[in-house]
Amino acid sequence: MVSLAIPQHHEVSEITEVASRPILQGGIRFWLIAGFFAIFVAAGIGAYAYQVMHGLGVTGYNDSVFWAVYESNLVAFIGISYGGAVTSALLRLAGAGWRAPIVRMAEAMALVSLCVGALFGIIHLGRPDRLLELFTRPHATSPIVWDFLAITTYIVATVVFLYLPLIPDLGAVRDFVGPRVGGWRLRVYRILALGWRDLPVQRRIVEQSMTVVAIVIIPLAVSVHSVLAWAFGVTVRVGWHSTILAPYFVVAALLSGVAAVILVVYAFRRAYHLEEYITVKQFRYLSYLMLALGLGYLYLTISEMLTESYVLDEQTAPLLQSMLIGSFSPFFWFFLIVGGAIPTLLVVLPWTRTPAGIALAALLTVVGMWVKRLVIVIPPLEQPVFDRVARGYQVSITEILVTLGATAAIPLLLMLFFRVFPILSIDEIHEVAEEELAAHHERHEEFTGRGPVRAEGGVR
Amino acid sequence: MTEAPQPNDRFDRVPVVPDTHEGGPEHLTVAEALARQVSRRNVVAGIGVAAAAAGAVGLGLPVLSRPAQAKAEAVEWHDHAHADGPAAAASDLAKHQWVMVFDLRRCDGCGKCSDACIDMHFLQKETPWIRVYERESSGGQKYFLPVPCQACEDPPCTKVCPVTATYRVQDGVTLVDQSVCIGCRMCLAACPYGVRTFSWNEPRKAPTSLAGPTPEFPVPQKLGTAGKCVMCVHNLRVGKFPGCVDACGMDAIYIGDLETDTMTNGTETFRLSQYLKENDAFRLREELNTGPRVYYVAGHGQNLEF
Repeated sequence: MVSLAIPQHHEVSEITEVASRPILQGGIRFWLIAGFFAIFVAAGIGAYAYQVMHGLGVTGYNDSVFWAVYESNLVAFIGISYGGAVTSALLRLAGAGWRAPIVRMAEAMALVSLCVGALFGIIHLGRPDRLLELFTRPHATSPIVWDFLAITTYIVATVVFLYLPLIPDLGAVRDFVGPRVGGWRLRVYRILALGWRDLPVQRRIVEQSMTVVAIVIIPLAVSVHSVLAWAFGVTVRVGWHSTILAPYFVVAALLSGVAAVILVVYAFRRAYHLEEYITVKQFRYLSYLMLALGLGYLYLTISEMLTESYVLDEQTAPLLQSMLIGSFSPFFWFFLIVGGAIPTLLVVLPWTRTPAGIALAALLTVVGMWVKRLVIVIPPLEQPVFDRVARGYQVSITEILVTLGATAAIPLLLMLFFRVFPILSIDEIHEVAEEELAAHHERHEEFTGRGPVRAEGGVR
Repeated sequence: MTEAPQPNDRFDRVPVVPDTHEGGPEHLTVAEALARQVSRRNVVAGIGVAAAAAGAVGLGLPVLSRPAQAKAEAVEWHDHAHADGPAAAASDLAKHQWVMVFDLRRCDGCGKCSDACIDMHFLQKETPWIRVYERESSGGQKYFLPVPCQACEDPPCTKVCPVTATYRVQDGVTLVDQSVCIGCRMCLAACPYGVRTFSWNEPRKAPTSLAGPTPEFPVPQKLGTAGKCVMCVHNLRVGKFPGCVDACGMDAIYIGDLETDTMTNGTETFRLSQYLKENDAFRLREELNTGPRVYYVAGHGQNLEF
C-alpha cells in the first residue's frame, strides 16, 4: 500500500457519488422494472405453493424421470454464482486492476444466484417440511448431505466475501450519501460500517481478511460443484457415472458464471450510466475469459463423447442416439450451436467484440449452459432400466412458472440490493487508482501533471 | 482385490445338514404357512402341500445358526426406531435371510403378481413394486422377467439416503421409513434395478384397520416419499407369503431362506442351494457387486446376461 498525498477526499466522494447512483435515483422507471420482475417472482411463489399443497405430482416428474428441471436449475443457478468467485477472487489474487469496477456486481450476483439456486434444493424435495432432518440425522455417505454442507458453507463464504470490501464503502456512503437518504438505510450504513474511519489498523484487518477469503473461496467453490456432480456421478446410470463429471461441472459453472457477470455488468452499466468506470476493456477481458472457459468446456465435452462413443456399449448407444439425433437432439445442438459456436464467433470476430456483442454472447452462453444442464440431467433418466420403458418427461406449467420466477428473482434482488449498497467497489477502485498512480510515478519521475492522474484502466 | 460373488458361492458354505445343536426341531415358518395356503391352491393343492409340508418336516428344517461366513458379510443394521417388527427382536430377525427365486420357465407374464402388490400396498396402478417386463430371447422367443427389489446385500440405495430413511434390516430386506424420507429421490437414482417408486400424488386411501404404516408395511403410502418392494416382510415374519407369491397362478415365485437353505412357492419345497445350482440360477447385474438376493432360473433360451 503506497501512501501518497493525493486529494483523497475529493476523489473518494466522486467515485462514491457514481457508485451511489442506484441508491439516490429511485423513481418510476426503477419501480416499473422491479415490478415487472416481481410479477414473475410472485407467479413462481404461487406455483410453488400450489406444488406444496398438491405434491410433486403437479410437475412433469415420474418414477423414471424423477429429476429434471428443478435439478437443472439447482446446478445452473449455483453455477452462475461462480462468476463472483472467479472475477473477484481470482482476479484479486492475480492483481488484475481492471476488476475493480465490476467486483461488487460480480459478488452480489454470486450471492443472489447462489441463494436462488440453493432454494431449488428445497423446491425439488417431496417433503420440504422435513428439511431439518438434514441437521438432526444427516447420513455422512449421502451426496445430498455433501451438497447441503458444501452449499451452506459456500453461502457463508460468499456473504463474507461480499461484506468485507463493503465495509470501507459503507463508511464512505454513511458519511457522504447516508445523510441525504436518511431513514432506515442510514441506520443500516451506521451498523454495517462497523465504525469504519479508514484507520490503518482497520484497513489492514479488512485487507488481510479479504486475501484469506479470496483464497479460501476458490477451493470452496470447486468443492460445491464437484459434490453437485457426484450426486449424479456416484450412481450407476450411464451418462452420469463418469469420472469427468466433477471437473465438467466446475468448468461449466465457471463458464456460465463469467457469462452471467458480463450480463449483469452490461445491464447495470447501461441503467446507471457507469460507462465512465466500466469501459470496453472490462468487457473485452471478461469475454476472453469466457472464450477460454468455453473452449475448455468444449474440450471436456469432446473428451467424454469420444471415449463413450468409441466403445459404444449397449447402454451408451441409445443415450448418445437420444442426444445426437433422437428426442433430445434439439437441446444438445442448441447448446452446441447457439450456446457455444455463436458466442465464440461473437467474441472472436473483432467487429462484434463490442459490449453489446459480448453481452449477447454472454446471454446465449447462459441460456445454452442451462439447456446443457437439462441434457445432462434428463436423457440418462429416459433410458430404460430393465426394459422399463421410461415415461417421457413433459414439463408442466408449475415448473415453468417456478423457473421463470427464480430467473426473475436474480435481477430483482440485485436491483433491490443496489438500492441500498453501492454498485461500485469504491475503495477498490480508489486503491487500484492509487497503485497505478504510484506505478505511473515510478515510470515517469519527471511527471507533473495537473489534477488527479488518470491511470489507464480503473479510473479514466 | 475383492472376490466377485458367484451365484451359488454362498450356498456352498451354508451347511445343508441341519444343525441339531440348536435346540429342538423348529419348523420353517414358510413351511408352516403352507398349511394355510390349502384353500387357495386347487387340484393338486392337497397333495402338493402335503408333500411339501412333509418334505419340510422330513428334512427336519430347524433354524440354523448363522454360519461364520455369513456373519462376515453381516448386513447393515441401523438401530432404527421402527425397525423392530411387532414380535421381532434383532436377534430373531437374523434367523432368516430371505431371498426370492423366479422360475422364468413358468412365468407367463400375466401380471397378477403386480396386481397383488398394488392391492396389498395400495399403490398407484402404474407403479407396482414388482414389474414384469416382456423380453425377447436370442432365439426370438418372448419371455417375461418379473423384477421386484433385488434385496442387495450391499444396497446402493441405502448409502445415498441423506437422512437414513432407508436401511437394511437383519433378515435381509431393505425398508423405507416413509415418516422420515425427505423425498430427494437420491435412492431412485442409485438403484441399479429401477425398482423404487415415488408417491408423486396423494396416495390411495387404505382402511385404518390395517397394521400400517410401518416401514415393514408402508400402507397407506405417504405423499412425497419413496417406496419400494419390502418382500412383504410383515408377512414373512409371521409365516405368511408375500402378496406376489400368493397371487402367482404359475407357481413361478419362490421365497427362500439362506439360513435354513430352503425355498418354497406354497406347493413345492426345495433345498435352496441345490435348486439354484442344478438349475443354473443367475442374478441380475451381478457385475455391480451389490450382491442381489433375487435369483432367476432361465430355460427357454433366455440370455443369462442382463
